[in-house]
Order: sequence, then structure tokens, then C-alpha cells
Amino acid sequence: MSVLLLSRIVYDAIRAHGEETYPHECCGALLGRAAADGWVVGSAIRAGNTRTDSAHNRYRIAPAELVRIQRDAMRHGFEIAGFYHSHPDHPARWSETDLAEAHWLGCSYVITEVAAGQARETNSFLLAGNNEEDKRFETETIHVQG
Amino acid sequence: MTIFIPTPLRSFAGGNKTMEVSAGTVAGALDELMSAYPELRRQLFNEQGKVRAFINLYLNDEDVRYLPLKEATEVSAKDTLSIIPSIAGGC
Repeated sequence: MSVLLLSRIVYDAIRAHGEETYPHECCGALLGRAAADGWVVGSAIRAGNTRTDSAHNRYRIAPAELVRIQRDAMRHGFEIAGFYHSHPDHPARWSETDLAEAHWLGCSYVITEVAAGQARETNSFLLAGNNEEDKRFETETIHVQG
Repeated sequence: MTIFIPTPLRSFAGGNKTMEVSAGTVAGALDELMSAYPELRRQLFNEQGKVRAFINLYLNDEDVRYLPLKEATEVSAKDTLSIIPSIAGGC
């Protein structure tokens, strides 16, 4: 099982983001470096949720915002390690929508359940596979440091 | 110009994060990238040879889909082409 290493600051930040946007989904990118058994995340970048038509159960990051995040990350020697979003009043498990819309193979997808405005469980899933046809989510371990 | 290769496609591009190409158009730049790394073709294009729907191409800060000449748009050495798979989902 792969491991996602998050600093306490990043872990708390993504959970706080979910509480702030409740009852809407929050979303953002995780920047870090690859390790032998997973990603070491150094920072979380908040992004806007463009799914204003259904923000309580959908999220989407504008590609133009992703372009800027990727460019800035690479300038600072980081990579996009994954993404995070919240599930308002819904378990921290990936949904069929999450899988269908996931295209960053090898990256981590972190989901936080926010129940009645309070962050509850946070889980991470690695998008495994070699292509769109055999992609799948694999549960990974989150280690919080600090 | 410089092509930025996103994290999930680097394993199909020799582990490289960027590639410098000398093509004169966006389409030419993509051809140069495919020639260097043929395994990328299946990741970026569908069976009809079109860019997959979830792949976004940005010339600097502009979505190539909305440029008047789209992939036939001319490029210069200082331009950047970002390949960005979409990110979305929900419960």
C-alpha cells in the first residue's frame, strides 16, 4: 500500500478548507515530491470550485488555474502530487463520479468527509493503472507529520 | 518552445517534466513530442486521432480549443504549451 505523507499544517489546511466551504465541496492541489512508496506533500494550493451549478456534490478545477499551479510548482521544484476535495455530509470514500473524472494516474486523491460543517474522516486514494481503461483507486495510508 | 508534461504522463515521456521543441505550430509541437515518446499518443489521443476530451492544451494562458486557428496556431521559442488533464468529481 502506498503512503501519502502530509505535514500537520497541510493536513489541517485541507480539512479547514472543507469546513469553510461547507455545504459546498472544496478542492485544491497537493504539491510535493515523489518518494519510494508514495508522495511527500509540501503544500496544498486552494482552488476555486467551478461547479457552481451543483457545488454541494460536485467539484471541478478550472484548467487555466491548473496550468498556473503546475507552472508555479515546477518553478519551485515541486510536482502536482495529487488533489483534495471534500464530501459534504457524505463519507470520505471515492464515488463513481470521482473515478470517472479522475485522469491523473499515479497521483493521490484526498477526500474529507465534512458532516454538519465539521471535518470528520480524511482518506486518500492512489489513482493506479496505466491508462484510462484500467485505472482504479487504491486506498493508501496517510501519515501526518509534526 | 517548451512543453510542460504533467505528472501522470511523465512515465510515458522518459520521466521528463518538460521538452524543448522547435516546431512552428501547436500541432507540430505535439507531433515532435509524439515522435520522441510514441507511448504518449495513446494517452493524449483517442482512436479517431483527436485529443482526448479530458486533455486540455494551453498555449501560454490560452485554451487551444478557443484559439481561432486551434492547433494550427503558430508558436515561437518563448511560448509554453501545457498539457493538463482535467480534474473534477464529487460525491
